Amino acid sequence: MSGQVLTVTSGKGGVGKTTTVANVGAALAAEGNRVVCIDVDLGLRNLDVVMGLENRIVYDLVHVIEGQCRLRQAMIKDKRVPELYLIPAAQTRDKTAISPSDMVRLAEELRSDFDWIVLDSPAGIERGFRNALAPADKVLVVTNPEVSAVRDADRIIGLVEAERKGPAQLVINRVRPDMIQRGDMLSVDDILDILAVDLIGKIPEDESIIIGSNRGSPVALDPDSNAGQAFRNIALRLNGQEVDFFEPVVKTSFFSRLGKLMGRSS
Amino acid sequence: MSSFFERVTRTREPRNTTSGSVAKDRLKLVLIHDRTDIPPAIMEELRDDLMGVIARYVDFVREDVEVHITRESRRSRLVAEIPLRNQPRTRSRR
Ligand SMILES: Nc1ncnc2c1ncn2[C@@H]1O[C@H](COP(=O)(O)OP(=O)(O)O)[C@@H](O)[C@H]1O
Ligand SMILES: [Mg+2]
Repeated sequence: MSGQVLTVTSGKGGVGKTTTVANVGAALAAEGNRVVCIDVDLGLRNLDVVMGLENRIVYDLVHVIEGQCRLRQAMIKDKRVPELYLIPAAQTRDKTAISPSDMVRLAEELRSDFDWIVLDSPAGIERGFRNALAPADKVLVVTNPEVSAVRDADRIIGLVEAERKGPAQLVINRVRPDMIQRGDMLSVDDILDILAVDLIGKIPEDESIIIGSNRGSPVALDPDSNAGQAFRNIALRLNGQEVDFFEPVVKTSFFSRLGKLMGRSS
Repeated sequence: MSSFFERVTRTREPRNTTSGSVAKDRLKLVLIHDRTDIPPAIMEELRDDLMGVIARYVDFVREDVEVHITRESRRSRLVAEIPLRNQPRTRSRR
């Protein structure tokens, strides 16, 4: 079967695209899929450090596109999970170094060898976004429960639709159930209601994500991380499984202690 | 006369004022604007023309007429809300 191209995008920067690519990529690979993640954010290389593969970069995406190396030479193999690879972004070139049709050609080449080709899109609605969108079979739009991020998500969802790449599916990242409960955060239902799209993931605000990115180790590979579980659930849904969206219980100190005793879920 | 956006806000004033519900109301409003490619002045003109036509058939409260673009399941549609005063006038067409 031919692999699918999954583009992760957002409009607004800093909402968690790179985190999502690293974690969903790792979770898919941990489930036995053959996965290659590609950093399409030229000039702002990031996915390599989040995945912890920065020390092994020799060639990058632009080298591949320009034919300066073979495709396999630019693919860095992850050591924690069997079939997980990264093609890093060029750090010294900008988004004009590649075109949407270059990305379509590259994706065609990769489809026969991989189950999932996961693209980390740059923020914005310019060339870099177009490059990441062009080969997409599925689009995940990442947002945060904040007015500006949801507004930008709406714009992106419209553009994805206009390019006939829709319907996009939504990842709501940095959810704080305690804030939602006291009415100080847009709820997941509010956001879905406003954007009229399907939800594929709901990721809690979780310090394990920062710890994971400090270490270069995606939390999806940590069985104890709540956020990791939420990312693993996205991977399962991408492969067609129905997984419930757990309503996280707002923790009081008592409940968090109880939760630890009973084993957490998310 | 109040502007199109003021009229929309008035009907969508938050019932409670937690910051979450304020955020939702502000978002709804800003997205109505974002999703409309038609400039507000043209929307006003459209509204006036529309009212002129409708007035030939039914009685309605002019101030309460609302015309805006909405999106349901990502599809845009022009929605006119025209609260009628009473039963439509039966009018012979000939
Ligand atoms: N759920 C989360 N909880 C805590 N920190 C997060 C979470 N998601 C992302 N972050 C942090 O937010 C920052 C931006 O995330 P990143 O994935 O780089 O965003 P983007 O690629 O959209 O610019 C990073 O420092 C990341 O560690
Ligand atoms: Mg990024």
